[in-house]
Amino acid sequence: MGATRTPSNITQGSKAKGGIGESTLRPDGTLKVTGEFAYSSDMWHEDMLWGFTLRSPHAHAEIKSIDTSQALAQAGVYAVLTYDDLPTDVKNYGLEIQDTPVLAHGRVRHHGEPVALVAADHPETARRAAAKIKVEYVPLPVVHDEASALAEDAPLLHPGRDDHHAGHVPHPNIVHRQPIHRGDVAAARARADVIVSGEYEVGMQDQAFLGPESGLAVPGEDGGVDLYIATQWLHSDLRQIAPVLGLPPEKVRMTLSGVGGAFGGREDLSMQIHACLLALRTNKPVKIVYNRFESFFGHVHRHPAKLWYEHGATRDGKLTHMKCRIVLDGGAYASASPAVVGNASSLSVGPYVIDDVEIEAVALYTNNPPCGAMRGFGAVQACFAYEAQMDKLAAELGLDPVEFRQLNAMSQGTVMPTGQVVDSPAPVAELLRRVKAMPLPPEKQWETAGESADVRALPGGLSNTTHGEGVVRGIGYAVGIKNVGFSEGFDDYSTARVRLEVINGEPVAIVHTAMAEVGQGGVTVHAQIARTELGVTQVTIHPADTQVGSAGSTSASRQTYVTGGAVKHTCEAVREKVLELGRARFGSYHPAWATAELLLESGKVVTDGGEVLADLVDVLEGEAIDLELEWRHRPTEPFDLRTGQGNGHVQYSFAAHRAVVEVDTDLGLVKVVELACAQDVGKALNPLSVVGQIQGGTTQGLGLAVMEEIVVSPEAKVRNPSFTDYLIPTILDTPTIPVDVLELADEHAPYGLRGIGEAPTLSSTPAVVAAIRAATGLALKRVPVRPEHLTGT
Amino acid sequence: MRLTFTVNGRKQEADDVWEGESLLYVLRERMGLPGSKNACEQGECGSCTVRLDGVPVCACLVAAGQAQDREVVTVEGLADFAKQRDEGGSASGTSLDEAKRWQSKPGETGTAAQRLAPIQRAFIDAGAVQCGFCTPGLLVAADELLERNASPSDEDIREALSGNLCRCTGYEKILDAVRLAAARSEEAV
Repeated sequence: MGATRTPSNITQGSKAKGGIGESTLRPDGTLKVTGEFAYSSDMWHEDMLWGFTLRSPHAHAEIKSIDTSQALAQAGVYAVLTYDDLPTDVKNYGLEIQDTPVLAHGRVRHHGEPVALVAADHPETARRAAAKIKVEYVPLPVVHDEASALAEDAPLLHPGRDDHHAGHVPHPNIVHRQPIHRGDVAAARARADVIVSGEYEVGMQDQAFLGPESGLAVPGEDGGVDLYIATQWLHSDLRQIAPVLGLPPEKVRMTLSGVGGAFGGREDLSMQIHACLLALRTNKPVKIVYNRFESFFGHVHRHPAKLWYEHGATRDGKLTHMKCRIVLDGGAYASASPAVVGNASSLSVGPYVIDDVEIEAVALYTNNPPCGAMRGFGAVQACFAYEAQMDKLAAELGLDPVEFRQLNAMSQGTVMPTGQVVDSPAPVAELLRRVKAMPLPPEKQWETAGESADVRALPGGLSNTTHGEGVVRGIGYAVGIKNVGFSEGFDDYSTARVRLEVINGEPVAIVHTAMAEVGQGGVTVHAQIARTELGVTQVTIHPADTQVGSAGSTSASRQTYVTGGAVKHTCEAVREKVLELGRARFGSYHPAWATAELLLESGKVVTDGGEVLADLVDVLEGEAIDLELEWRHRPTEPFDLRTGQGNGHVQYSFAAHRAVVEVDTDLGLVKVVELACAQDVGKALNPLSVVGQIQGGTTQGLGLAVMEEIVVSPEAKVRNPSFTDYLIPTILDTPTIPVDVLELADEHAPYGLRGIGEAPTLSSTPAVVAAIRAATGLALKRVPVRPEHLTGT
Repeated sequence: MRLTFTVNGRKQEADDVWEGESLLYVLRERMGLPGSKNACEQGECGSCTVRLDGVPVCACLVAAGQAQDREVVTVEGLADFAKQRDEGGSASGTSLDEAKRWQSKPGETGTAAQRLAPIQRAFIDAGAVQCGFCTPGLLVAADELLERNASPSDEDIREALSGNLCRCTGYEKILDAVRLAAARSEEAV
């Protein structure tokens, strides 16, 4: 292997037991604080070239011609590729529907769509050469919302589509539609004393992971290619890449490099195929690194949504029924839109008991930027709307918003609108109780001993816009429900290879999975599981690559559950082999080998009574036990396309938030003072990491509440592709985030754990907005809330 | 052009540097020091924060030529930099004398595990590292804060780190890490 900076084994040893339930430290922590951890943009290879992507300046246009001659003539340029250079008949890719062109063919469907590729000896040379490619465009009418997408004469984004959703959607510009009907809404509606309805809107949020899309493709001597890449799912990438290159999967060898965050934005391919094409064409290593501007075009975003809801309730505060319609803008290509529709519809009721519902969710094809996976995945949009409705209903009924929610909270045994029975703890009322019980932050923290206010504690901060005048505090609550794992009948398995052997006189477990470590701490947890199950202290985490079976995606809060489950399962099988070996070698020395339940602890085989039978080192006696096994959670079912009925989800996850905000009502500036969270995690395998996930997810929800939005013009052009104009929370915007972790075991899950990554992103946003409503008395039906929404200017 | 400057206490030279290259590009692609990160390349995220003659700067906004004859400290040199500061030295890097005296010790594999700056240790211990892409810039900025303010208030920490974006942690554990490093240094005095 020629690359000089490539992922290597991470070994973590500790004298402590370091098993599950302990806050062991990240095995990659030292590399990450010294700058040695090799992210995908840090890859370097002697003689490597730089790739650059020419992108469409139009949202919708016909391509009349492409002239690459001037670009090719530039010194230092090694290759220029367009659609015509694609080597096989497979010219599209996609997660579920293969509708995304590797390079545009005759037509571009969104602003920033890749049109041509350049490889050159310096990134600036590549950029300048790309600017010399002459593309003749003829702009086409733009489809940018539901009305224009479904108009009679609407241009079709994908005429002649033949994907598996094409047959059941009411219009070809609808990617997927999922209705859910349960109960008798008309009868239930007649029982309602109060009915509230509302239209809500969620802007387009960006994952804004800090490590830009990047990677290195190295051509192999066998005609294949080695790809070092930041992704969320190596095998899903591989399945899409290999056919386009015309290579068998085993000739596309993928290794996970350091991943600088993901949050859903790396589920789809970005530069993977492009780098491989350039490397195979030039027979040289090719590195592609997007800058932040390009990154905003390089990955899908969270679906912007329009949501219409109606709820009814009786005078005594019981919900009667719910009707909703959710329209998600999927943009030009399908990406994860069908699954987002499934989530939005099946979770649209929120964590409440409502027996009578009529639900419809659709995702549109438009010329807007493609949208797909982002943390919370369809459930975020719904949560903003149903939680706004809950506050409206409580106000209408004169009830406390928390008590009203608790009165209608779901619990274990509740039947979801899909007919699925929630068969593990669902402590919704308890989470609300806990978050409400936390002490409130002191008022007017800007008041100092001296005369002047500490402006750093005020809305506007060091801009010095107020010393407390016009500042009003508000408190808001919200709770949400998220599914864990891939749903709707998907075969959501993972694979783990575990090798146990004696190295330098000590038993060592080597854990090899294809799990994408994107920052969440899966590598930490895998080492903990191996220690717990195998009683070793030394665990080596092998780099993730495609030499081992699929781990599935680092998405849907699923990796600790599913790949953690696979590691546990494989360790258990390795343990059985160890005990078999032990019985064969030492069984005759002690009757407990045959009669007692045996465990591996502190490098020894012990009985459940604690008696030591043998050293692991002696049992193994130079032999290595090496197993690779798949593991699956309980199967799920697809939702019925007409009724939405089906046991579609594996597990549900719940979090509640309380937001305390202070609003400068004169200027419309918001300071979030505190954002408290209570979450049930089933079992905290690593409490430090669990709290880190909850605080991080909470902060992304805060961003959506008050600042984050990709602004798309009516011409479907992206207006703010930079961190200057797309704002994410800084340390000044982010408040203290106290976290109360509840651990109610789910008996169906490994160690009773519950996937945790996404739930805190859901309720954070509506809690902040509820607090702003409480401070201002405004209705606020759209996020992000901007100053002009608060001042009416 | 030819660029001559000092990086982490060592004189460095780079030839054939294009005038439009940033200090960040030269460090990452020509010096083999990719620790300084390239999250935005427009001065908004702080992931490329380095010390330029002691001052924290975004390396992406410094033209390579501006570093001529100046001293740069990156995250790769932070442990040495902090050590020499503690020992009252001025330059960073390993001195020639020290290098001559160096002997490998059992268990010391030559990696940085044993040689972390206090702020680096605190980031690991406090759980302030997730994906880690913001970490190098935050470490350089936080180390500089503690250099001039040994016991910062939370407001001081927030102000000093307000130019460094983190997308994973929600900053709470980053605050913890800076508090931890400050507390440990007080304890050590």
